[in-house]
Amino acid sequence: MRARRVWYAVRGRAYPRTVGAAREPSWIFYDLALPILGVLAFVFVYRALGAPPQFTGYVIMGGATVAFWMNVMWNMAAQFYWEKHQGNLELYMMVPCGLVPILLGMAAGGAVATTVRAAVVVGVGVLLFQAPLAVSSWPLFALIFALGLVALYGLGMVFSSLFLLWGREAWHLVGLLQEPVYLVSGFYFPVRALGLWVGMAASLIPITLALDGLRQVMFPAFHPGLLPLAWEVGGLALLAVLFLFLALRMLRFMEQMARQEGRLSFRW
Amino acid sequence: MPPAIETEDLVRTFRLRRSRQHPSGAPVVALDGVSLEVQRGELFGLLGPNGAGKTTLIKILVTLLLPTSGRAAVEGFDVRTQAQQVRERISMVSGGEHSGYGLLTVREQLWMFSQFYGIPSGEALARIDRLLQVVGLYPERHRKVQQLSTGMRQKMNLARGLLSDPSVVFLDEPTVGLDVGAARDIRAYIRAWLADRPDRTILLTTHYMSEAEELCDRVAIIHKGKIVACDTPARLKRAASGGSYFLVDTERLDGADFLRRLPGVARVDSTERDGQTELRLRLAEDGAIAGVVAALTRHGRHILRLQKIEPTLEDAFITLVGQRLEEADREATAE
Repeated sequence: MRARRVWYAVRGRAYPRTVGAAREPSWIFYDLALPILGVLAFVFVYRALGAPPQFTGYVIMGGATVAFWMNVMWNMAAQFYWEKHQGNLELYMMVPCGLVPILLGMAAGGAVATTVRAAVVVGVGVLLFQAPLAVSSWPLFALIFALGLVALYGLGMVFSSLFLLWGREAWHLVGLLQEPVYLVSGFYFPVRALGLWVGMAASLIPITLALDGLRQVMFPAFHPGLLPLAWEVGGLALLAVLFLFLALRMLRFMEQMARQEGRLSFRW
Repeated sequence: MPPAIETEDLVRTFRLRRSRQHPSGAPVVALDGVSLEVQRGELFGLLGPNGAGKTTLIKILVTLLLPTSGRAAVEGFDVRTQAQQVRERISMVSGGEHSGYGLLTVREQLWMFSQFYGIPSGEALARIDRLLQVVGLYPERHRKVQQLSTGMRQKMNLARGLLSDPSVVFLDEPTVGLDVGAARDIRAYIRAWLADRPDRTILLTTHYMSEAEELCDRVAIIHKGKIVACDTPARLKRAASGGSYFLVDTERLDGADFLRRLPGVARVDSTERDGQTELRLRLAEDGAIAGVVAALTRHGRHILRLQKIEPTLEDAFITLVGQRLEEADREATAE
């Protein structure tokens, strides 16, 4: 009974996310054209430097990952803040299923829609630049991708409660976090180039380990991995559990604060 | 069987940051010892000006806000410790609500909310279609929410509130900002819904006197966080009827203070309309009207209409609170 209710709520909240892609085609510009332009710049830099063709593959994967980070920041982390101003949050707080399935639905819908967008970026990139992308192990690729996705959206769920507490500052925080992560997570180059300790610190953001792990699976002989692949998979699993646990705690705390203070959920 | 809604000495204060508007930084008391009992099947009205505490009370009852002290229960379940049980049984619709997502159609939007209540899709869609027919939105079911007018949107919100077939519905100013026709429709659906389900309960907040008078079985008048009266509209009006009430239309008057000084005149409210002045008078007894007529004549004003009227809920409000609802609204806004 409880599981069915959770499933219904997840499905219900995921729906606007998935259907939105078809009804708001502006994503083709923001989530497809813009990342590809970014990719284009790096591809030309690497080609001008005479870098091996695998670097083109790095850049395309980085471009696809941009869609995930943007989605987590703008559509997960800042989402409760927008929901509050639309008047949805107080309705969500008083439905019997609770906030957790609704947040999971947001994450699931966002992950599905963004995976489609990322796949299109990869497809267009490979076609345009003839990048040598080849997966050495599909099960490993799927495992890293899935763990990365859970950990990343778990982080987004943690942020969604934090950003609600921070109120209007959420907007600035999203802007502040967006670009630096492109650098420290190695979106367009192997993160190892930043040094082991910077790479390790950046691994708190799941995209770092996920991207590095996927590159190890796709360019096994070429890619200088940050850590051995098994460690990266273990790290991602740990982050997934940690962020989901933190998200649940934060959500409970946020709801309690909202009921006590009366300011978090109301449109004041 | 416990009452549908019960509150006992309910207090809610809000801490405010020290600012230019609130230099003392002292807590604001939004509810000050509210005790109420609403029976199942009642359409209960909460009438009061802006800032009286109506919305705070609703937020506590729907488990969005904790009381500072006192107790509140819905269908016997404590809102503080049994929030989940309360949430299973209630829904809320607010006036001017813009919930949901504009890119969804009306039907999809309602379906999404039905999922949060665990209603299987097939059953949910059947209920949605039925409700949309009742509120007259069925032809718009495939229209995107962002394309709806304010009135249509509020009808959809009402359908959303009734979708889970709640035992207790909280309607927070459901007709605010709507045109006359849409507001009348909403009131008719509310009445019809309750008539079909005599065991359900509605708590409605409003600051429209006529709405409270037309819809509610009982009305509580709330002012500055306190319940100042609670009874049927008829009894409240009777309680206010100490005296005679007259409506007088005259040529435009520049101030009505001279009337207030007349013997037997308890209260004068004047409204300018189409170059005329409408005076609403509360007199100690019928005979005092002669003095009013004479005073107007002395001021060279023709009387265009003179009518003895029955006291309204507004008169009851004035008697209890000491000012008109609009005046209390203005005072609250200025504060």
